[in-house]
Amino acid sequence: MIDRIASFGRSGISFVISIGRAGRFLGGVLSGVPRPVTGFPLLLKQLYSVGVLSLAIIVVSGLFIGMVLGLQGYTILSDFGSEAAIGQMIALTLVRELGPVVTALLFAGRAGSALTAEIGLMKATEQLSSMEMMGVDPLRRVIAPRLWAGFIAMPVLAIIFSMVGIWGGMLVGVEWLGVFEGSYWGNMQASVDFRDDVINGVIKSVVFGFVCAWIAVYQGYDCVPTSAGISSATTKTVVYSSLAVLGLDFVLTAVMFGNF
Amino acid sequence: MTQRTTDIAVGLFMLAGLAALLFLALQVSGLSPKSAKSTYTVYADFNDTGGITPRGRVSMAGVTVGSIDSITLNKETFQARVAMSIHGEVDNIPADSAAVIRTSGLLGEQYIDISIGGDMDSLKPGDTFYATQSAMNIERLISNFASGK
Repeated sequence: MIDRIASFGRSGISFVISIGRAGRFLGGVLSGVPRPVTGFPLLLKQLYSVGVLSLAIIVVSGLFIGMVLGLQGYTILSDFGSEAAIGQMIALTLVRELGPVVTALLFAGRAGSALTAEIGLMKATEQLSSMEMMGVDPLRRVIAPRLWAGFIAMPVLAIIFSMVGIWGGMLVGVEWLGVFEGSYWGNMQASVDFRDDVINGVIKSVVFGFVCAWIAVYQGYDCVPTSAGISSATTKTVVYSSLAVLGLDFVLTAVMFGNF
Repeated sequence: MTQRTTDIAVGLFMLAGLAALLFLALQVSGLSPKSAKSTYTVYADFNDTGGITPRGRVSMAGVTVGSIDSITLNKETFQARVAMSIHGEVDNIPADSAAVIRTSGLLGEQYIDISIGGDMDSLKPGDTFYATQSAMNIERLISNFASGK
């Protein structure tokens, strides 16, 4: 019994310690000012692997989610004879909620896990410590470009996701189920506000991008340098990122759309 | 994968993001570049504003001609004073027109409809509507009916 309480306390303390380490790690990464000339190609390379290569999964999921929203929305709304409101429903759902959140979840699975595994393997094969030996700061050379790439790529991906989803919803609602195209776009434009809905969605995805990239690089940098350690770090990245995204989403939604 | 192809791919990626943002701004939220049209403000005093809200629609014969700016309480008459901005090109509203609060459909949003009068003079910026008709309150109608008034 005492042992159990003690182990509970130990895990609590180690949780607090790891949060503190993650904070110090973030400070270390951000305090090294990225050099514009040498740092930029590194950032581009990471943007390519984190952003461009994630595009396929984002576009396909966005399309299908938009189409499903169109179908579900049509079934529900046609009961009330107001299937013309389908455009408004799809656009608000995607721009405010599903765009940022689903993109962040997919991003954590597709790019976050790869970042963790890559950095973890670099640590396990002692590439990071040999960089330090050569006088190259691994935080600046390896970690910072990846963190910034995730931070920049996420809002872009989320915006593309929303756009493709709205187009997919139109495909189902207008082309297939026969909602009038003018009322699809007209209702959407009347109810979606650029500042309140679109910009708030972008702000959400910026926050999610930062959190996901931070968790991914920290888990990789902090992992136990064995194959089991890398695998558990990758799992942790996906689990922690997803939980953080969903939790933060509630907080951000309450602040942005809560009206109090 | 050479540096050049990576650069091009990332460039295209960022451009796609920008294009998508533009799409969301123009097509989805209807933010039009020429939305900063000239408007002028007129006022109307209502006994009951019902459910109208700022940014709501002001229409004339079903065509949107402006939006509601603010709704405040006039402390002297205990009426609601609604300020609305009317598009500049609609500058010939007859001065004896009435502002009526209507509901679109049975459950739709409420908006202000301007029912046209016959005066030769037209409303000028800063003028107040001579006649108004407040929101129809179904509950009040039913209670009037039930109590036989």
